[in-house]
Amino acid sequence: MAKSVKTNRFYVVLGVIALAGGAAIFWSRGDRGAQSGTLKPLEGSSAGAEAMPGYVVGSDSAKLEVLEYADFQCPACRMFTIITKPDVDERLVKPGLIRWRFRDRPLDGHAKSPVAHHAAACAGEQGKFWSMHDQLYLNQSDWVGGGTEKKIRSYAEKAGVDLAKYDECMKSQRYRARLAASAEQATAQGITSTPTFVFGPRMVSGALAYDALKAIVDSILGQKKAA
Amino acid sequence: MVIATLALIGLLIATYLWLWKIGVVGHIICGSGGCEVVQTSTYATFLGLPVALIGVVGYLTLLIVSLVGIQPRWIDHPGPTRLMAVLSGLGAAFAIYLTYLEYAVIEAWCRWCVGSAVIICAIFLTAILGMRGAKRTG
Repeated sequence: MAKSVKTNRFYVVLGVIALAGGAAIFWSRGDRGAQSGTLKPLEGSSAGAEAMPGYVVGSDSAKLEVLEYADFQCPACRMFTIITKPDVDERLVKPGLIRWRFRDRPLDGHAKSPVAHHAAACAGEQGKFWSMHDQLYLNQSDWVGGGTEKKIRSYAEKAGVDLAKYDECMKSQRYRARLAASAEQATAQGITSTPTFVFGPRMVSGALAYDALKAIVDSILGQKKAA
Repeated sequence: MVIATLALIGLLIATYLWLWKIGVVGHIICGSGGCEVVQTSTYATFLGLPVALIGVVGYLTLLIVSLVGIQPRWIDHPGPTRLMAVLSGLGAAFAIYLTYLEYAVIEAWCRWCVGSAVIICAIFLTAILGMRGAKRTG
């Protein structure tokens, strides 16, 4: 009898642990990729942003520039680039509604990020930044696992980069200071996670879904039209 | 009972990591960012299956075996404890290998994975102690 009571109590304890754990996991679903982005104001100043202006696609005459701060080792950035960015390019950038600027925001905890960002900058010297950008995100799970420099070099080759110039650039580490400055400038503006999107004086963090991003763009362009 | 509790905690951890892996959980709470690095590396897949999913199946099996082992019909039977020792031994060896990969190859620490490795090793040790205790009383 006593044994049965003890066993029953144990099942209750087990059930409580299961419920608490299940609830915690369910609760953590809440911030799934910032499906509906809430804009908040940028902090500090953008002084120093010109040190690393980033990489731009889209028309100079576009009414709005969207600034993306991203880390090549960040899975949410990868998710955004693979799932959402093609729609953004096709439906917002190509028709000339927005201009897109990528700015480096290597995060401190990501040990392989500096190499990836430097490699992208070296590819950028040869006008191949976006090809390298795509290669790095598509192969993210591969190069974060080891043999990083060798693998990233092979992506540079796939992206059509002149490897002799690439090797010289990587060896020189000439973008290291500028990349660090870009990260510091982002931190000064309160951009501490990636991806973060900046729309003028406001920003939103998380891998936005296309509809959420489009809603923000529409609302800003609508305000500009009304003004 | 200790093993069932540990297996349940391990199951919750593995489920959390697996749900993150398949995109159900958006942001992984990790502290250092190492969980994302480890979970997106090539070593997060084993024989074509996500390691986190292997963990879910493994811990669920251990939980079931441990719950069977405390039923009146099986409580004096050495079978469940032996099976538990074998299964958790395999799990512990796999976890030690994965922890080595985090340290030496991936160069990033996933705290949840380390926690899971500690749990599976504790289950193994408890099962071994249980087997020795049963021998002494038997």
